[in-house]
Amino acid sequence: MATNVYMEALSPTMEEGRVVKWHKRDGDPVKTGETLAEVETDKAVMDLVARADGVLRQVAAAEGQTVAVGSVVAVIVAPGENVGATAAAATPATSSGSGKREGGNVATAAAPAPVAVAPLPTVAPADATRVKASPLARRMAKEAGVDLKLVTGSGPGGRVVKKDLERAPSPGTPAAPGATVAAPFPVSRVLPPERTGAAYQDVPLTQIRKTIAKRLATSLGPIPHFFLTTEVDMERASEARDALNKQLGDQGGKVSFNDIIIKATAHALTKHPACNAWFQEDHIRYWHEVHIGMAVAVEDGLITPVIRNAELQSLADIGREAKELAERARNRRLQPNEYTGATFSVSNLGMFDIDQFTAVINPPEAGIIAVGSIVQKAVVVDGQPAVRRRMRITMSCDHRVIDGATGAAFLKTLKQMLENPLAMLL
Amino acid sequence: MANSFDVIILGGGPAGYVAAIRAAQLGLSTAVIEKEKLGGVCVNIGCIPTKALLHSAYIASLLREAKEFGVEAGAVKTDYGVAMQRSRKVSDQNSKGVEFLMKKNKVTVVKGAGVLQSGRKVKVGNDVYEAKKAVLIATGSRVKGLPQIGLEINKTTVISSDEALFLEKAPASMAIIGAGAVGMEFANIFHAFGTKVILIEALPRILPLEDAEASDTLAKSYKKRGIEVIAGAKVKKGTAAKDKVTLEVEASGATQKIEVATVLMAAGRAVNTENIGLAECGVQVTDRGFIKVDQNLQTTAPGYYAIGDVAGPPMLAHKGMREGVTVAELVAGKKPHPIKYDNVPSVTYCHPEVASIGLTEDQCKERKLDYVAGRFPFSANGRARGTGETEGFVKILRDKKYGEIVGAHIVGGHASEIIHELAVARENEYTVEEVELAIHAHPTMSEAVAQAALDSLGRVVDM
Repeated sequence: MATNVYMEALSPTMEEGRVVKWHKRDGDPVKTGETLAEVETDKAVMDLVARADGVLRQVAAAEGQTVAVGSVVAVIVAPGENVGATAAAATPATSSGSGKREGGNVATAAAPAPVAVAPLPTVAPADATRVKASPLARRMAKEAGVDLKLVTGSGPGGRVVKKDLERAPSPGTPAAPGATVAAPFPVSRVLPPERTGAAYQDVPLTQIRKTIAKRLATSLGPIPHFFLTTEVDMERASEARDALNKQLGDQGGKVSFNDIIIKATAHALTKHPACNAWFQEDHIRYWHEVHIGMAVAVEDGLITPVIRNAELQSLADIGREAKELAERARNRRLQPNEYTGATFSVSNLGMFDIDQFTAVINPPEAGIIAVGSIVQKAVVVDGQPAVRRRMRITMSCDHRVIDGATGAAFLKTLKQMLENPLAMLL
Repeated sequence: MANSFDVIILGGGPAGYVAAIRAAQLGLSTAVIEKEKLGGVCVNIGCIPTKALLHSAYIASLLREAKEFGVEAGAVKTDYGVAMQRSRKVSDQNSKGVEFLMKKNKVTVVKGAGVLQSGRKVKVGNDVYEAKKAVLIATGSRVKGLPQIGLEINKTTVISSDEALFLEKAPASMAIIGAGAVGMEFANIFHAFGTKVILIEALPRILPLEDAEASDTLAKSYKKRGIEVIAGAKVKKGTAAKDKVTLEVEASGATQKIEVATVLMAAGRAVNTENIGLAECGVQVTDRGFIKVDQNLQTTAPGYYAIGDVAGPPMLAHKGMREGVTVAELVAGKKPHPIKYDNVPSVTYCHPEVASIGLTEDQCKERKLDYVAGRFPFSANGRARGTGETEGFVKILRDKKYGEIVGAHIVGGHASEIIHELAVARENEYTVEEVELAIHAHPTMSEAVAQAALDSLGRVVDM
């Protein structure tokens, strides 16, 4: 009895997956639970495991190919069993599925298919990715290099019409302000232009870029954001950090400013539960636990791994966990439970010499702190001019949950804690 | 309450009765208030009876040419009175048809003149009707004269289409002022019934809203058959006597005196917005006199909508009908497809017929569009040769880059029927290539559409 191997939904938001590498080849014996292939989801690279014992046959998705969740990518048959018409061809999820894309971050683009894919006897399933579009819209999209799948159709039944194409930004136009704030990391994935004479280069969206686009568009548009900025004196925090790191010494692991900020934020949130909340359309969920989402730049995007119960953890623990999560995020090895469930987020661009910025709220969270760089400034302290290390933080608030005074009160507590780290011990 | 409905529609013309049927289909209790006959101007004194008369005119002209086709009909005698009586029957049938549709859809018809009141109420006589959801204003329009030059409609020597449709006899001579659709059609009708017709247009060409090539073709055709056409003409003065009218007309720098038995005023229409209580309900009108509406055709008074001629140009029955459907669906909580006002076909039913959609070539030039014109004359169309309807052409204006059909113009027999292929194409954003790819039956007049599309692509076959 043959068992189909499906492209599984390996993350909650996954709609399609790209086969990065087959660990088993056609004809290899496999056991239940064994890794068959690595699959790039919208968030990370995950393992696709065998759900039966037997022999892997009819591998229908080549390395580098993107297929829709639910498509059959292979079958597992009993040893010696004749393979019948059980497997269907994997449904390509995008037209550019077979590794032609440039600047890709998985496998080798031109990797040869692991096995010669035998022509499958079944009729290919109906193309679920067919886009309804008028002939004029198709012609315009082709000319402009716009992927019709990414255009929302306003015609009858969601048909893409001329008007929608006139609205769609052509590739190469600067992204919307929201997107710039959200993905400011200088990760260059577009290759320097080669001398091909072409005016532009079309790079298909990766899974993570698609998710970023979808998620952020549900934030800055619908959520009534407002922003609060304050400047924090980091002199004492710097001193504390130096002292702590000296103490940690050769035990390994160092406390970063970011760890201190996460700790202070978590602590301040316990004192201002009104800011530690999710907007849930018909109700607001106020969290008793504090889970801090920490924006991490990865190649081609960003992801926010979550430091759970940050309010209960020591600075050293936060430091270790943050470092490990960031590392795994960059290697795209995060498990879904490691990047979901944050109650509040922190985004830090201090290392890029950004003085101050605004971050986009990650719904359903109601707030996010945007942290700028620490710079030495001449300020007046106790009536005397002094040079102090200063840092600007900006809080983005969802006004449906947090009002101006509520946010300001929280920010004041956070500022106090950073300016006097000992207060966190209270 | 007997006098309470979901929707009350003031006016039972094309916009009103279609809105009523659609509202009823969607389960809304609906009433239509009409002071005259159901069907409005269109059914009773507009589109429908004129089409009947035009067909009489067409038969007359066919018979006059019948000999050439091997049919001897003898001396052709015409009788406008008989044609008029037939046209009345056609109108009455259609009005009864609307009445039947109201019954079938359980729409209440209230006879009388309605006056709007605030609170979505309409007063008819002593009765007050209340709309729970919406009041639709569909009071339409009427012809207007030019009193400023002494040409007030007196209904005997200076008439409008309202009177022309009821004449017992075709007058010996007639000056028609205004060469839009109405003027063109009546010129055609009366000329066929033996009247000496002089067609006077203030703008530089007849059918001023159509493509210049269409105007030229019609001007030639009319002159050839003996209709006098004076375009770019100013009627300086009109003097109506008991059995004749004298006009002073200035054209091409010279003033001439024209004496005719009848003057037919076919210049412009006025909307019926007086004495229906608009101001009392807070319904405002525009500078041009139309009712001010938003994108959803809602007036400045919430709950009051305007559809049809009162809601603004183009003042065409089919545009009003679409507005009626759209507002009925909106009121029923549906999300209707937005009306594409740039895709309303315009038809003049004179012979040859003129039908168009989208931009004229002059408009393409004004807008500096990068366009290509494709043309095909009916003189090169087999079917047209067979029926002797070789006048006219199909002209398609397409966007140069993508092939979008930006405008289409047809002059010829059955142009009114042929235009819809291009209306469907434009509504669905088919380009000239899709139009050409559809196989057209041979021999048909419609083949000229495919050929014009091909011509715009530089690949015309039959020419």
